[in-house]
Amino acid sequence: MADFNAMTEALVSCDEAKVIQLVNAALADNVPAFDILNRGLIAGMDIVGEKMENGDMFIPEVLMAAQTMGNCVKILKPLLKEGESASSGNVIIGTVKGDLHDIGKNLVAMMMESAGMTVYNIGVDIAPEEFVKQIKDKDAQIVCLSALLTTTMPMMKKTVDAIKESGLRDKVKIMVGGAPVTQTFSDEIGADGFAPDAGSASKLAKSLLN
Amino acid sequence: MFEVIGERINTSRKNVQAAVADRNAEYIIDDVKKQQAAGAHYIDVNAGARIGHEVEDMRWLINTIEPIATVPLCLDSPDPALLEMAFQMVNKSPMINSISLEKERFDAMIPFLTGKECKVIALCMDDAGMPASSDNILGRATRLVEALNKIGIKTENIYIDPLVQPISTDITKGVMVLNAVRAIKAKFPQVHISGGLSNISYGLPQRKVINRTFITLMMDSGMDSAIIDPLDPKIMATIKTADMLLGNDNFCGNYLRGVRAGTIES
Repeated sequence: MADFNAMTEALVSCDEAKVIQLVNAALADNVPAFDILNRGLIAGMDIVGEKMENGDMFIPEVLMAAQTMGNCVKILKPLLKEGESASSGNVIIGTVKGDLHDIGKNLVAMMMESAGMTVYNIGVDIAPEEFVKQIKDKDAQIVCLSALLTTTMPMMKKTVDAIKESGLRDKVKIMVGGAPVTQTFSDEIGADGFAPDAGSASKLAKSLLN
Repeated sequence: MFEVIGERINTSRKNVQAAVADRNAEYIIDDVKKQQAAGAHYIDVNAGARIGHEVEDMRWLINTIEPIATVPLCLDSPDPALLEMAFQMVNKSPMINSISLEKERFDAMIPFLTGKECKVIALCMDDAGMPASSDNILGRATRLVEALNKIGIKTENIYIDPLVQPISTDITKGVMVLNAVRAIKAKFPQVHISGGLSNISYGLPQRKVINRTFITLMMDSGMDSAIIDPLDPKIMATIKTADMLLGNDNFCGNYLRGVRAGTIES
């Protein structure tokens, strides 16, 4: 028997020792690793994401919870059964060409990984062609574009256009984000979604994968 | 003397953007006058948020502000053509915000700045991304000072921005920039240090107390100017008080004037 509620609560309270203790106890009780991962940990990070969105949890706490999550995934991954994937989808995330900001992008990457997606964080100052290449190479279902400057927002449109021209538009969902970015801008450039923070970005990505 | 660069005329601020879109000169003039009365030494002007309108917006803003400006303007844009236009429109020698070591930006700004009599804010940013250590910041600052000296900009006209990063993402980011500022001032005693403060508190609650406390630590390290809201009485009071504590206020005169005027209180 596993007390998934206790696990999610401990994760949300950033009590790493308790989470690991509960995970190990559940494994000892023959609870499948896949269930622990999804119902104890990913579920917990979903709550963290919501609290972040609501302003009830702050970046340092989210980082702590994600660190705990990462440490538990290390324990659980080798114990997953054949065919059971820890991943709900492949995501490429990067800051567009001309822009070097990465803090928000890294938070989004971390939240999406904690939500069970495989995230390829390809860095900053990424040209449209590079995004296209990475989508192909990594067989991505979602690509996330970040920009923090009004001067680099037009590069988001160029990147969307490059994805269209490459014939990949139907294969991938495009999300955009960053302080000056808005839903209106997202609609204007033909993106599939916009989120204002890491918590809601992770939630949106999950829904786009379904 | 600590120099305040008033940050309010920025089209990324909702009310300012609306005033610029409506060409509401009264709103802009009123705001600039208030910033000047509150003790701003420069008025920053940034028209970047309305994409596609930056040139006309900047032209209109300067035409509106210049006649009532009692202090120099700080021209805030990454576009050297726009800066050239703005430069020609102002009477008092302006501050230019900004140059950095990012190749495209650097290559565009150096010709613009060559031979000009002006102050310039120099960002410790290069194509490698956010600085990772105090030494990294010092290295970038050194390259900036040397490059600007080479084109005739004196060290005392350079305002280095050491790039404050959020403490919420890494608890060492405060000390990293404080140590960098100390090192930069030790190497270049004539250089100024400036920048915005709000990055330090990004992602944390009760940001203003963080910003206020941080500015006193930065001032002790050598920061002698900042891009802030002069109409925020608490931060202005903090700056005056810290300035006094650091020995820059004869007979505590400014501090006492502030208390009597009601702008400094516990």
